[in-house]
Amino acid sequence: MLEICQLNKAYGSHKALTDLDLVVPNGGIFGLLGPNGAGKTTLIRIINQIIEQDSGEVRMDGQRLSGESIRKIGYLPEERGLYKKMGVWDQLIYFSRIKGLTASEAKQRVHRWLEKFEITSWKNKKIEDLSKGMAQKIQFIATVIHEPRLLILDEPFSGFDPVNAALLKEEILELKKAGTTILLSTHRMESVELLCDQVAMIHKSKKILDGSIREIKSRFRPAEIRVSLDGLNQELPATWQVEAREEGRVDLLLPLNGQTSNALLQELMGYGQVISFQERFPSMEEIFIQQVNASTHE
Amino acid sequence: MNKVLLVIQREYLARVKKKSFLIATLLTPLIFPAIMAVFVWIAVEEKENQSLRVIEVVDETGLFFMESSEQYAFSSSGKSLEEAKALVTKEERYGVLYLPKMELSAPQGIQFYGLENPSTSLIGYLEGALKRKIEDQRLFAKGIDPNVLKEIRTEVKVQSLTLGEAGEEKITDSTVNYALGFLSGILIYLFIFIYGNQIMQGVIEEKSTRIVEILVSSLRPFQLMMGKIVGIGAVGLTQFLIWVLLISTLSTVVMGVLGMQMPQQQAMEMANPELMEASPAPGQLGEILQVIQGIDFVSLVAAFVFYFLGGYLLYGALFAAVGAAVDAPSDAQQFMFPITIPLLVGYMGLFVFVLQDPSSSTSFWLSIIPLTSPIAMMGRISYGVPFWELGLSMGLLVLGFLGTTWLAAKIYRIGILMHGTKPSYKVLWKWLRSSY
Repeated sequence: MLEICQLNKAYGSHKALTDLDLVVPNGGIFGLLGPNGAGKTTLIRIINQIIEQDSGEVRMDGQRLSGESIRKIGYLPEERGLYKKMGVWDQLIYFSRIKGLTASEAKQRVHRWLEKFEITSWKNKKIEDLSKGMAQKIQFIATVIHEPRLLILDEPFSGFDPVNAALLKEEILELKKAGTTILLSTHRMESVELLCDQVAMIHKSKKILDGSIREIKSRFRPAEIRVSLDGLNQELPATWQVEAREEGRVDLLLPLNGQTSNALLQELMGYGQVISFQERFPSMEEIFIQQVNASTHE
Repeated sequence: MNKVLLVIQREYLARVKKKSFLIATLLTPLIFPAIMAVFVWIAVEEKENQSLRVIEVVDETGLFFMESSEQYAFSSSGKSLEEAKALVTKEERYGVLYLPKMELSAPQGIQFYGLENPSTSLIGYLEGALKRKIEDQRLFAKGIDPNVLKEIRTEVKVQSLTLGEAGEEKITDSTVNYALGFLSGILIYLFIFIYGNQIMQGVIEEKSTRIVEILVSSLRPFQLMMGKIVGIGAVGLTQFLIWVLLISTLSTVVMGVLGMQMPQQQAMEMANPELMEASPAPGQLGEILQVIQGIDFVSLVAAFVFYFLGGYLLYGALFAAVGAAVDAPSDAQQFMFPITIPLLVGYMGLFVFVLQDPSSSTSFWLSIIPLTSPIAMMGRISYGVPFWELGLSMGLLVLGFLGTTWLAAKIYRIGILMHGTKPSYKVLWKWLRSSY
């Protein structure tokens, strides 16, 4: 879907993006992770042709970005807004028209979306008369009304209440099913772990890691096993790290230290009843921190 | 291009559909006559209700006899200055006019005492009356009867005519030209200010509500800026057009009600040479109408529309840039300065130089430099401007408009995405030079 080659962007002396390479495959949800100020928004703005890169190239479906690309992209910025004094209907028509829909296409689609969200009765209401949650729904419709093939969401869940956040998640998954590629940028890494198929991590203008979630997680497997034992019949070795202890039941986090998991299991069985034995995966946040440390030590 | 049209359409409809637009458009033509009527009414009331003010005259020369008017009565009872002052403090007199012994050729030491600061109209009245008295006295001293002089005084009026290239004569009147230049200049000034501010507010609205980021992902910032400027300009033109229609309909109706002949009708009669012969002595009104007729309205209106739009576009881009640079209207003040100053220079120049002497070199430069020309040139145009000057001025205005737009676009496209930083001129300069 998107190929980003050697992208550079600087604001004065501050580097926002350094030699960034990235491939966003067709379909699925791609997570762009990194702390605030890492360069995510700059990258997104370049993809949206809001600003221009200093050097490098962004290709969409093998072609350089152009005016034609605008119609294929839907963009929900981190800071969002609508015309407060404008009615829902007029507003949605306007946003779909400037994305390149014809007047009749626009009418048809706005109508369909209003019906889908069961908000046809808001048609003539002004945005300033709507609640925040209602306005967010309109905002989302405005973002996807032209049926973009690439949907870019910058911090999509910030500012949404839980109900609307769940609704948004549902819509995102539905769009994914329909074949839309979704590029999702956030600094809250835990929020996207379950949602994303692929991620890239950006730190201080550089990409430090990318790949599919499963692949990254197995790559960063710390080889630790989370164990629960019941009916403890002898003292545990002092080096074992006990996480919780309750009436003869203990939770442990044990490193494999080169052992196979079966060998560890065998050893554990000597201490009592093993009721759970599970490999612990690191969270994306832990991986990120690990990777940042690794890259700064390079 | 299509997208610019969409922006223009949105900006236009969003404003025209507002109730406030309807109210302002319909009421403004009524407000001016209403305000004038209120002033006239107040003035009349005041004159009627004003009590007669008695002024004690202490005349040490014995030469002056002050004639009382509707507002002021003069009493000369030969009191001393101190006694007269006492009368004022007891509020039996409004004031004291003290005329010491003086040399009539160089009168000095005339004083007025009162409890309050006298109005300029009173002082003017006193000065005028004394001047006449003294002049009469001096004429008399030289053996001339003032009445003879009064008789000799003759009213002279020079009718000015301009010669066309083919030798055709055209009656002109500087008062009419003055009025036309004055009106059109002020209209352009107001239009630029009012609608320029609307552009700025609009840009700030889009920036502060963060709509702009969504917008510029769909169209170029330049398209957005131009769409906004043109859309708001169209709102202004619509409003202006409605005003012209309303005012002309209203005045026609009013004149009809008053049983007066419509000016157009009279003008038509003037244009008819047979009727002219039938009434060889056109009155004052007729002459003014003839002057108005002599003005080339088509080119005047064309020039007005050109400078109206040119000036608006030139300044509109700057207003948009200011809006883009700041986060809130209250921050805009610091950047308004470079916009306000040339506008004010044009406005003041119109009164101080252009309307006084339309062909002076200051007037020339004011009407050539694009920043002031929209206002200043309108002051000259009804007097007739050489073709090359008009061409130069118009050409420069177009260049100026392209220049400010180019400049503004650079600030605009960076500014609209910047939040939280209060930009200074230094920052703006950096934006201008950056390629972003």
